[in-house]
Amino acid sequence: MDIVYTLIGELPQFGKGVLVALQLLAGLMTLGMILGLVLAALEVFGSPVLKFVAGWIRKLLWAVPQLVLLSIVFYLPFNLNPMVAAICALGLCSAAFQSQIFRGAIMAIQPGQLEAAKAMGLGQTKTIIYVILPQMVRLSIGGWTNELASELKDTSLAYVVGVMEIMRQGKSIISYTFGNSLVVYFFIACIYFCLTRTGTYVFYRLEDRLWVPGFEKRKD
Amino acid sequence: MLLRVENLHKSFDSLDVLKGISFGLEKGQVTVVIGSSGSGKSTLLRCINCLTPPDKGQVWLENLELTARDADLNQARSKMGFVFQDFNLFTHLTVLENVCFGPLRVNKKSKEEARQIALEEIERVGMLNKLDAYPAQLSGGQQQRISIARALALKPQLIMFDEPTSALDPELTGEVLAVMSGLAKDGMTLLVVTHEMGFARSVADRIIFMEEGTILEQGPPEQLFTAPENERTRYFLQMISQLE
Repeated sequence: MDIVYTLIGELPQFGKGVLVALQLLAGLMTLGMILGLVLAALEVFGSPVLKFVAGWIRKLLWAVPQLVLLSIVFYLPFNLNPMVAAICALGLCSAAFQSQIFRGAIMAIQPGQLEAAKAMGLGQTKTIIYVILPQMVRLSIGGWTNELASELKDTSLAYVVGVMEIMRQGKSIISYTFGNSLVVYFFIACIYFCLTRTGTYVFYRLEDRLWVPGFEKRKD
Repeated sequence: MLLRVENLHKSFDSLDVLKGISFGLEKGQVTVVIGSSGSGKSTLLRCINCLTPPDKGQVWLENLELTARDADLNQARSKMGFVFQDFNLFTHLTVLENVCFGPLRVNKKSKEEARQIALEEIERVGMLNKLDAYPAQLSGGQQQRISIARALALKPQLIMFDEPTSALDPELTGEVLAVMSGLAKDGMTLLVVTHEMGFARSVADRIIFMEEGTILEQGPPEQLFTAPENERTRYFLQMISQLE
């Protein structure tokens, strides 16, 4: 039973770990979104050369395991601090996935609507802002939520470069309480479960709020 | 002359779709383009507002040349409405928002002005009871009426219709044609590609008969329908009347 009291006593440490994990998540998802949007835009609207380049960047990022990319970024001769390295590496991987989500969403918009905007005399920038983006958000929010949940779990990888996230906090408890690995890992699993459910709940509600007739509804 | 088309050519790969089309539209005139499928009617409309850039030839809207290298296409397009076969309403916007879209985003009117314009045009197509509906909640005929209202809200100098009833069930065709006849009565300049011969006969001031990328014959409907000069025109009208 000692381990239970230890875990309760260590709750503030886990709290810090959760905060670090959430910061990492926010950082990598933002980076992934910005790069993902750029890659998606290049792959859909770019010249053949840009399409080719963007496509291959995506395929490369896709093919490399996150742990490998994380190690590469961390050992690059820039002396990146662990948090920055983790945000960059996981963000790059996420960019590949997010670009696919956005690309699929853009391509799901009826081409006729873009032609209608053109025929009305609407410029390209305005077409993107008023026709493409609002539909893209609705079409991609489901896939994006899944990516968020998946990346939340992947923040635990950052533990290998020394980011003080949830896993790292657990490890340090295990190292001084000996033999309680299973209990601690179960506790960590519960933390991730709660975080993931809360996150997906919030975004599914957002998806419901943004839904209008004519868009597919999530079935769950 | 409001619209002038001169020697328009367009080919896709080795297929010559338009082989030197020339004609003009007077203000307030209703012109209906007929002809068999593949005769280049739709391509002609799309070349006029350069949705499909023509290979050769000129298009003039009053004294603005759309085919000029430095033409402000967006400005020109905002003066000529375009109604598509498959409506192409914006899925994420309500009826009111769809019709407000042009005045608000293209003609840069204030929200209140845009709303006023939109309400007038929606009333004109008889859809005031559906202001807050989304396109997915409307029938094809209703969607097409809204897309006509959307085109009208830009206050264009002419409206082009590309087979506006071809995607509709016969019982929905009537309500769209009624709206179009109303526009003709109000003095709007219309250029219509359609297979609806009844509409062509009763509403058009002039019929253009196209065949294989050229204008074979044109004239007032009485003349074209009762005494066509060209053998091909006669044949086409005969085939159509048998179908009807």
